Amino acid sequence: MAQTITQKILAKAANRKFVDAGESVWLDVDILLTHDVCGPPTFDIFRQEFGPDAKVWNPEKVVVLPDHYIFTANEHAHRNIDLLRQFAKEQGLGNYYDVGTDRYKGVCHVALAEEGFNLPGTVLFGTDSHTCTSGAFGMFGSGIGNTDAAFILGTGKLWEKVPESMLFTFDGEMPEYLTAKDLILQILGDITTDGATYRALEFDGAAVFSLPMEERMTLTNMAIEAGGMNGIIAADAVTEAYVKSKSQKPYEIFNSDPDASYHSKYRYNVRELEPVVAQPHSPDNRATVRSVQGTKITKSYIGSCTGGKLTDFVMAAKILKGQKVTVQTNIVPATVKVASELETERYDGQTLRQIFEDAGCSIALPSCAACLGGPADTVGRSVDNDIVVSTTNRNFPGRMGSKHAGVYLASPLTAAASAITGKLTDPRDFL
Amino acid sequence: METIIQGKAYVLGKNIDTDQIIPAEHLVYSLSDPEEVKLYGKYALSGVPLEQGGLPEGNIPFVSEGSFESEFTIIIAGPNFGCGSSREHAPFALKVAGAKAIIAESYARIFYRNCVDGGFVIPYETAEKLNQIISTGDELKIDVEANTIENLTTNATWTLNPLGSVFNIVQAGGIFAYARQENLMAQS
Repeated sequence: MAQTITQKILAKAANRKFVDAGESVWLDVDILLTHDVCGPPTFDIFRQEFGPDAKVWNPEKVVVLPDHYIFTANEHAHRNIDLLRQFAKEQGLGNYYDVGTDRYKGVCHVALAEEGFNLPGTVLFGTDSHTCTSGAFGMFGSGIGNTDAAFILGTGKLWEKVPESMLFTFDGEMPEYLTAKDLILQILGDITTDGATYRALEFDGAAVFSLPMEERMTLTNMAIEAGGMNGIIAADAVTEAYVKSKSQKPYEIFNSDPDASYHSKYRYNVRELEPVVAQPHSPDNRATVRSVQGTKITKSYIGSCTGGKLTDFVMAAKILKGQKVTVQTNIVPATVKVASELETERYDGQTLRQIFEDAGCSIALPSCAACLGGPADTVGRSVDNDIVVSTTNRNFPGRMGSKHAGVYLASPLTAAASAITGKLTDPRDFL
Repeated sequence: METIIQGKAYVLGKNIDTDQIIPAEHLVYSLSDPEEVKLYGKYALSGVPLEQGGLPEGNIPFVSEGSFESEFTIIIAGPNFGCGSSREHAPFALKVAGAKAIIAESYARIFYRNCVDGGFVIPYETAEKLNQIISTGDELKIDVEANTIENLTTNATWTLNPLGSVFNIVQAGGIFAYARQENLMAQS
């Protein structure tokens, strides 16, 4: 029986040869991820349900990456980090990356890739909706709540309904003004925020496989914005080279069968696509940048799991080199590694950090920061009636802080170009 | 599990995301400390823009100023309720505020799983656009066994979609209770 890549990975995790879309199966979980917002309540449920002295099913398979509320004076946020630290110590969790030490990494979805936890053919669940990011590595990654995570902690298993898949094929050679963010915002505008509920989004085509891993992660990251259970891109030579540079662990590459059945198929030629934004207050509220250009903004924000990777900053630097920003512009590297690469990576003879500093941007410490608003003292948090252009992934009311603010989701090229003019600006004006 | 759920309706629009259900700045409170837990009730649905809360009139907060509990028991909403983040704090907050059931056209997956597996509130689906028919404050009665909802204020009754394969988990009160009942946890 023909299967999609998602079916094949779930079949393997269910110890089956074939699983059908729509059936519920029990899966063996390879990695469970949690962080400072959902870790403490997950651990509470684990203790309550399995007993105060219970041990996690496999300490090597639990990854704890604090990243949400790190650089804040909020004492409840600090308490949550203390609770993570305590649990990691009790349970002997080697994959705990403590705040305030040289083990601290930053935003979990990017750190998972950097630390070699993303392996083709595996199943990773996390207490964060953007766990679908890991699907860029030809694996199954999906977000869950605390109760499901506590169940995995105790048993290593979880039930899941095998999703139908939707296929998105991007043909052609990527123009320099187009980014993975434009591709996913294009899809969201076409299928809307519940267009893939309970389904897999599978990305295919020459344009997708021409992208580096970081850009592929931008595509899979926002599968959840369409309601998707997972986003997935089959592993190729680019994936293998990345994975082998991070991990010696075995992995297995799966590909969809040519005659696998799909819920629906979409096909795009990237040469016909344009830079787009998602207007307030929904990720599916797409418009071409050209059609809304001139809209005044008060802030530009380049950061997060979907928009704070090295490739995002290289793109922003291309636009910002030798320019000055006219609105508050926050550069928030996803991880410590990305932050250090700002010092070493050069564009046109200057380091990225120098380019951003010369342009007048503020560079923040790596964390989720204002992507989800956060405590009142969070860097870049929107206030009052701010109009923000942001490389993050959500713009529902209040997402970046103020309920009265409006957020335009955009590529790093568009966010950088708009930071210079103080108005929504098509990056082609600067390329 | 109660077989009849009766209470006042609170009506919302579509795509009510988890930041509207419980804004991220409040996710720092403990979910086990009884005093801090009350704050989740206080801030439940506080991210909904005021004019969009308590339809059709709007400008009705789910939880009134200074209170920790809502006078509304049943939430009526359009499609894609609970989209956005995986935060289980969202259905938890609704439960703490006193909500017992939601009736929406559809749900986002993680929120739906969290409602069921955590045993917080019952997520019913219906083909009817009830959020355009029912008004905030209407007295509603859900018959869990008959899968019906009756509007006692207007004397109208509609059918709810059966809970299907998750009914047993809902009835048990969550995934852990269900797993014990079915001997699933013994296997691990």
